[in-house]
Amino acid sequence: MLATLFKFEGGVKPDSHKDESSQAPIAAAPVPARLVVPLRQSAGNAPLPLVQPGQKVLKGEPIGAADGSFSAAVHAPTSGTVLALEPRTLPHPSGLSAACVVIAPDGEERWIERAPLDWRSASPEALRDRLRDMGIVGLGGATFPSHIKLKPGAAGRIETLVINGAECEPWITCDDRLMRERAEGIVRGIDILRHIVSAGRVLVGVEDNKPQAVAALRAAIAQSHGIEVVPVPTRYPAGGEKQLIRVLTGIEIPYGRFGSEYGVQCFNVGTAYSVHRAIEIGEPLVSRIVTVSGNVARPGNFETLIGTPIDALLALVAPKADTDRYIMGGPMMGFTLARTDLPVTKAANCILAASPALFPRPGTEMPCIRCGACTRACPAELQPHELYWFARSKNFGKAQEYHIFDCIECGCCAYVCPSNIRLVDYYRFAKTSMRALEREKAAADAARQRFEFRNLRSEREAKEKAERLAAKTAAARQAIAGGEKPAAAAMPAAPEQAQALPQLDEAKKALIAAAITRAQAQKEGVQPKNIDNLAPEKQAEIREIEARRAQVRELAKTPPEEPV
Amino acid sequence: MLTALLVMAGIAVMLGALLGYASIRFKVKGDPLVVKIDAILPQTQCGQCGFPGCKPYAQAIAKGEAEINQCPPGGEEGIRKLADLLGKEFKPLSAEHGVEKPKQVAFIDEAACIGCTLCTQACPVDAIVGAAKQMHTIVAPLCTGCELCVSPCPVDCISMVPVPETVETWKWRYPVVRMKAVEHA
Repeated sequence: MLATLFKFEGGVKPDSHKDESSQAPIAAAPVPARLVVPLRQSAGNAPLPLVQPGQKVLKGEPIGAADGSFSAAVHAPTSGTVLALEPRTLPHPSGLSAACVVIAPDGEERWIERAPLDWRSASPEALRDRLRDMGIVGLGGATFPSHIKLKPGAAGRIETLVINGAECEPWITCDDRLMRERAEGIVRGIDILRHIVSAGRVLVGVEDNKPQAVAALRAAIAQSHGIEVVPVPTRYPAGGEKQLIRVLTGIEIPYGRFGSEYGVQCFNVGTAYSVHRAIEIGEPLVSRIVTVSGNVARPGNFETLIGTPIDALLALVAPKADTDRYIMGGPMMGFTLARTDLPVTKAANCILAASPALFPRPGTEMPCIRCGACTRACPAELQPHELYWFARSKNFGKAQEYHIFDCIECGCCAYVCPSNIRLVDYYRFAKTSMRALEREKAAADAARQRFEFRNLRSEREAKEKAERLAAKTAAARQAIAGGEKPAAAAMPAAPEQAQALPQLDEAKKALIAAAITRAQAQKEGVQPKNIDNLAPEKQAEIREIEARRAQVRELAKTPPEEPV
Repeated sequence: MLTALLVMAGIAVMLGALLGYASIRFKVKGDPLVVKIDAILPQTQCGQCGFPGCKPYAQAIAKGEAEINQCPPGGEEGIRKLADLLGKEFKPLSAEHGVEKPKQVAFIDEAACIGCTLCTQACPVDAIVGAAKQMHTIVAPLCTGCELCVSPCPVDCISMVPVPETVETWKWRYPVVRMKAVEHA
């Protein structure tokens, strides 16, 4: 059956460079001497650490528990000893550090008890919780926790499941090799995903430059019904989530909405495979396939434990001598790594060695001539040159009006720019600045609210105190006036008014007199009571003591004698 | 002639009544300018401007009783925004009101705290938890960094710590184009 394909606007066709790394089968990267596992490896809340330094862990043992629903667990990639729980530099464009678990592997690769789950009889909730606790996140690069994407949306039901095997970015072949070699597992994972959302139709989109992958998948789904493998035209960024959904189903998802609201949801083939491992074998996500390519002697794909230093991977491929930097991710969307001793994370699909010959640095940035090449290339149908001007002049309000948050940072605009403007850098700057401003604004609004509430509360407390005092005074006054002059009770209770009126002086004097009487009564009330009803000898003793005291008082009155 | 006069007078009375009604019906409660100014101010409630909180300062600016450069936490950017809003000239932050500092939060050395509650009374946004003779602590996400709790503390156990940048709050730097020196021929 031939599916009708739709088109997305824009896009570019860079040299694919897939053959370098797609020839050799996936090799297992050796277990390194140290593993550094960042706790935060997904979008959302950072997991809560579960281990202490010195603790022994087994392969697949949870080391970080999901914090709330928008989070995913993290597991020990191998058996060994936890050496430290400390901040370490992350493979992130910021070069900042965050909490990581450092593990010294014992080389035994001892698994924790793996319990498969019978997914056909399990409820969708149980399966989603399982995926969260198995640390399953989107392996396409965004690392969005998968269980959240499997929740039914506003539309109620996810009709169509889109499985993303497009792998549109040049050089990267990890999904290609996975589809060729482990198509069976991918299809089983798709079956589970489909069961969770009870989707009617499944479309697997694969770029048409990967015929072996398409053939392998088709062979694997021979027995499954309703799964269709659709080759899509090779055009970057066909593997963008919104772009692929559009190509396969014709559905355009507006900004700020999720696919699930339109009855469609998208998962990467790698994610589908890890879902299969997590549910049918009981293995959490502890490794991923990483393409290591570029300016290297032996490019290839490696099944790598999460936390493996990038150095260890590079040692397997022998980078050539003229390599001047390393890129994490693809050449279009990746970023240059500041160091290579950083760990591989769930987001790391590719490590590229770059040389000036293979990846020439963009030329000198020249002024924008408003040629519009970027607008024609933009797959999100934005106006990149306008966004550039707004971002450059920090006119964030205007940038938002031109939908800067629709930008998927695919890099097509910068790729076609004849003036070599690093457009995406400007958008990233604007987006992160705007998010920071939003956070500040939210904090300021909260502070204003709390400040106003505090003022309100202190006013109310002062008022209540004054009222209580006034009521008490009024009550006392009434009690006195009640006997002598009933008219006084009707007088205003506030003290300053009382002073202003001369006829109230009487009442005030009465109040004072009453207070004195009260005080005297109180004083008498506290007379020692323990001298009543005593034996006569005790009373005699007390009298004797009292007499001695009187004598001492007499002595105290006489002037002291001169010291001798 | 008389008809024309009457017609004109009639129209004038009618329009006057309409305007009068509109002024009552569509009366704006509060000063919208104060709200706009208040939205620009950082809501630190620190009082460095000389007013007891951001809103009183906003009211004073709206009345023309205060300058726009008295808010150190808002910094230069805040002054620029205020200048834009009010159509005034930008002026640098007035030195007598303080200096712009990076964002910080208060930190209580909990071992030294004697539980006197003086800081909880000073905090304008109720960001300190504690009771008499009980240890106090700062609810850091709510702290505006106003420093008002620092001086009342009788045992000097409160210090201000800068908020470190994390992966979540990190911002991409503004792209800078490096210039190359060209020698004249």
